[in-house]
This record gives sequence, structure tokens and C-alpha cells, in this order.
Amino acid sequence: MDLESLYQEIILDHYKRPRGRGLREPFDAEVHHVNPTCGDELTLRVTLDGDVITDISYDGQGCSISQASASVLHEQLVGETVATGLATTDAFVTLMQGRGRVEPDEDVLGDAVAFAGVAKYPARVKCALLGWMAWKDAVSQAVASETPEVAP
Amino acid sequence: MTAVHAPVSGLLDVERVAADFPILSRTVRGGNRLVYLDSGATSQKPVSVLDAERDFYTRHNAAVHRGAHLLAEEATDAYEAARATIAALIGAETRELVFTKNATEALNLVSYAFSNATAKAQHGRPLPSGAERFVLRPGDEIVVTEMEHHANLVPWQEVCDKTGAVLRWIGIDDQGRLDLDHPEHGLHAVLGERTRVVALAHQSNVLGTVTPVRVVADAAHAVGALVVVDACQSVPHMPIDVADLGADYIAFSGHKMLGPSGIGVLWGRYDLLEAMPPFLTGGSMIEVVRMEGSTFAPPPQRFEAGVPMAAQAVGLGAAVDYLQALTSADGSLSGLAAVAAHEHALTAYALGSLAEMPGVRLIGPADTTSRGAAVSFVVEGIHAHDVGQVLDDRGVEVRVGHHCAWPLHRRLGVAASTRATFYVYNGLRDVDDLVAGVRHAQSFFGVA
Ligand SMILES: Cc1ncc(COP(=O)(O)O)c(C=O)c1O
Repeated sequence: MDLESLYQEIILDHYKRPRGRGLREPFDAEVHHVNPTCGDELTLRVTLDGDVITDISYDGQGCSISQASASVLHEQLVGETVATGLATTDAFVTLMQGRGRVEPDEDVLGDAVAFAGVAKYPARVKCALLGWMAWKDAVSQAVASETPEVAP
Repeated sequence: MTAVHAPVSGLLDVERVAADFPILSRTVRGGNRLVYLDSGATSQKPVSVLDAERDFYTRHNAAVHRGAHLLAEEATDAYEAARATIAALIGAETRELVFTKNATEALNLVSYAFSNATAKAQHGRPLPSGAERFVLRPGDEIVVTEMEHHANLVPWQEVCDKTGAVLRWIGIDDQGRLDLDHPEHGLHAVLGERTRVVALAHQSNVLGTVTPVRVVADAAHAVGALVVVDACQSVPHMPIDVADLGADYIAFSGHKMLGPSGIGVLWGRYDLLEAMPPFLTGGSMIEVVRMEGSTFAPPPQRFEAGVPMAAQAVGLGAAVDYLQALTSADGSLSGLAAVAAHEHALTAYALGSLAEMPGVRLIGPADTTSRGAAVSFVVEGIHAHDVGQVLDDRGVEVRVGHHCAWPLHRRLGVAASTRATFYVYNGLRDVDDLVAGVRHAQSFFGVA
């Protein structure tokens, strides 16, 4: 009954034709995240040029939601600034944790609005967030490693 | 379209049984009939179990084994009567049965006997007589299998980390059976004179494989090891007699056998329980307490610290009564033998139906020999999460993921699987709904 609202065309399309999949060099940080309840895994790399995200590359295995979400992440964030990327991430997390009661802002989220239906399935929220949490982790490592160490 | 089934022998009268389970009459996800195929995770409860718990609270509630008033007496009697009922189910002596919160706690209780005895021995602190059996030295070995639930694996890894013991494991073959004769990870390759514990599942919660506990136990005893059996998926589903099984301990959970959550059971040979240091400590498990130190009650009380889960024990007693009163539709079998025959018939039907489906790969033994009612499979091109989602949308509730057996999935080269498990209230129609749901998932995701 709600299958179509969960599995929007955009999601199925990203699942079948993932954008930017595969690990690429060079990169500034790499992380490996797992979803311990189902064993899904994702390795993700971030490449920055100043404060611009020049690449997010990833590989892993998982369900349609987690794979499509990583693909959308790639499409939405590459070319943006880190600050915009983090703002989009915050909006996405808020949407996912909203139990279906948060009105998504398409201007901020782009294709990621397609995941609005996932928020009604608490068991799947972690799937949708896997890539976004990995990217957030990776970018904070990349930024930290770029900042020169301050002598104590 | 509903298939009409010719009579299948060995089945229970499912409609009558299901009528005892109020939850099964509810609808889910937009009016669909609830098809509950996740009893391997937890079973549903019949009204008699719910009533037994309610009756305990409405009439007899008091702290068990404390106080001398009438209610305390009645509550204690009810709690101990449940212990006797459950002990009789598995052919055990009543005093050999320890109540725990669940099977996980029961397995930890045994594993902690080893790490606690080892720690106390290292400091020359008092131990019960016979406790040397539980003292581990660096290089001693603990043997498990590659198909264990995390509950019978992680506690042993912890014991190894605390004592310097080494974990070894018996491998499995591609059919999902213990590979006992394998030259490197077979039974005799892995067992040796340093083996102190062999811990294994009686029935795999993923593959349904029933393991030859007796064979393993005899070999383990021959090298002086103790045998711990995770009976979570066997006690609810087949007749068990601890004397025949050959294990030294078995652990199981009440909630998987029609009982309430919050109660599990450890059975252990009495001489071994007597030799074990306590696990959780505090009230109710002591003999004499002084500021300088304490002594402990004999088993089972030694292992039941604090006010126990009396209503849950009573509920589990009622669940055992319910299981033992079941009879197959043709009247040929009763009790757990009837349950086993019922599940056998359903498993045969499910294995047959799924094996015929293109794009569906069963994991685990392909036939019903030494095999219980857990049927796990992979649908080519669709992740288990997505299979489960489509099934759920139709009211068919299965488990997806690694089912707390991650190393087993890694061994089988499968990231995640879909698992259907059957119990007394499931019928052939539920298998049909499962198969139709899988077919729908294949068309929805465009893989068939
Ligand atoms: C084979 C097996 N062992 C152990 C457990 C743990 O049981 P519980 O979670 O009730 O402690 C389970 C069920 O989850 C199981 O299927």
C-alpha cells in the first residue's frame, strides 16, 4: 500500500544506476561505516579543494535505500562548499528523524526529498542515513587534517 | 487466490491453535491479515499465558523467597511450581534449573563462572569446592562453532580476553552443517587436551540445522571439556531430555516458547552448579553476610540474585502446559512431538515451494533431515531489507539481516538474508503468502 511512497522512482533509479560509485584517488579522508543491525557496509572518501567538495566516492553493499541514498549524496554535494554540504546534511537528518511529520524543503534537499517516505519506517531510517553519516564523519576528518596543528 | 491444500499429515489444527493467540486476529498495514513468520526471534503468546501472569498479579503478587506472610508464601509456591513444570519438560531435576532474564544471560552466567573462578584463583580468594574445573590458564581452549548466535560466541570471546584462553571453532560445510570431519576445522582437528569448554547451538537460528550434540558432547567429554548447549531454538520446538542430549548445560529463552519476555532458563548438572562461583550478587543468593565477606546459598538460589521475575516464571509455566496439551489434528501425537511434526510438515512445504522459485537461493540444508523450521534465503538482485519491506507491506512479518549470526553469514558469502520461522500457529497458507510476497518483491524490483 505505501510501497510506492517509500520506493519513489528517484530512489529506484539511483539504486539501479548509482552516480559516482567506486572509490577514487586522491582523497583527503576515508571512512568505513556499518549498520550493525543488518551488516550493511559503506566505505566513503571525501576530496576537498579549499572549502569546496570536489569528490565524494564510495563503495559498499546494502539495501536499495542505503545505496540510493549514497548516490543522491554524491549528486547533491559534489561541487558545493563544505558549509552547504553540512547544511543539507542537517536538513536530511531532520527529515529522516521526523517520523513523517517534517515538511521537506526541496530547495535545500534536491533529489534527497524523495526519501521523505522513509521517515515513516523507523527501521529503515538508519539505511538512509548510512552514507550521510559516513560523509559527515569523513569531512570532519578531512577538515581536521587540513587545519595546521597549533602548538600547545 | 487461495490455494486449497490436500490434508498433510502431522499438522496441528492451526485454526484452533491460532484462535488462542489474540494478536493473530489483528490486521496490519492497511487491513492485511497478519502472517507472523518471526517466531524464531520471539513467539506470540496464548491467552492462557497472559491470564496466568495477570492472575499472579491480581491475586498472589509478593516478593518471592522473602517475607513470611501469606502472599509471599503463595508467590513463592507459584514461582517454584513453575520451576518444577519447566524442569519436567526437559527431564531435569527441579534444583538444576536456574531462572535468568533470557538465554543470553544464562550463557553469560556460565561464561562468567570461568572468568570469575579464574580471577579469584589468581588472587587466592575462596572458591566453592570443585571450582578448579572453571579456572582457565593461558593457552587453554574454548571451542564454539561457526554457526553460533552472537549470544553463544561473544561471551566466550570475552572469557578468552579475560583469561588468556584461546577461541577455536568448528567450521561448517556449504549445506550449513557442522563439518565434523574436516582436517583443519573439524571436530577432532579442533578438540584437544587443552579444550576446556565446547559451546554449540542445538539448532541454528538461521539455517535450521540440528547439530549432533551427542556426538560432539561425547568427544568433548573424552578430553575432559564441559559442554554448553544453546537450546534457544530446540527446546521450544522438539522434545528434549537433558540426559539423552549429553550436555552439561543448556540455555533457552521463555519468550521464544510462547512464554513472556524477561525470563530465560539455565539448566546445569547439579554438581557443576555447586562448584561454580556466583554471577550476579546481592540479596537472595547469600548464606551468611558479614562485613569481612559472605558465603553463598546453594544452587539454584546462588544464581538468582535480587527479587526474581515471578510473574514471568508463572507465565512460562503456563506456556509449557499449553505446549504439552497440543495434539496433532489426526490425534497421533501430543506435546512437543506434535509441535515438531507440525513444523516438519511446514518446513518441507516451504523448502519445496521456495526451491521451485527462480532467483531464490536457500541457505541451509535443502531437505528436512535433522532440520528445524528456520528457512533462510536470498533473493537474487534484491537486498533482504527490501524483500522484508515488500513482505511487510502485505502483512508477512519475517526477519531480515544477519539474525545475530554475522560470522555465519560471512562464511556463507551472504551479507544479509531473509528468514521465515514457523511455529504452532502457522499453517500452509502462511507459506503460500510468503511465496506470493517474494514473487511480488521480484516483480516490484524488476528482477523476474
Ligand atoms: C540460537 C539463539 N541463541 C541465543 C539467542 C538469544 O536469545 P535471547 O535474546 O532471548 O537471550 C537466540 C535468539 O535471539 C537464538 O536464536
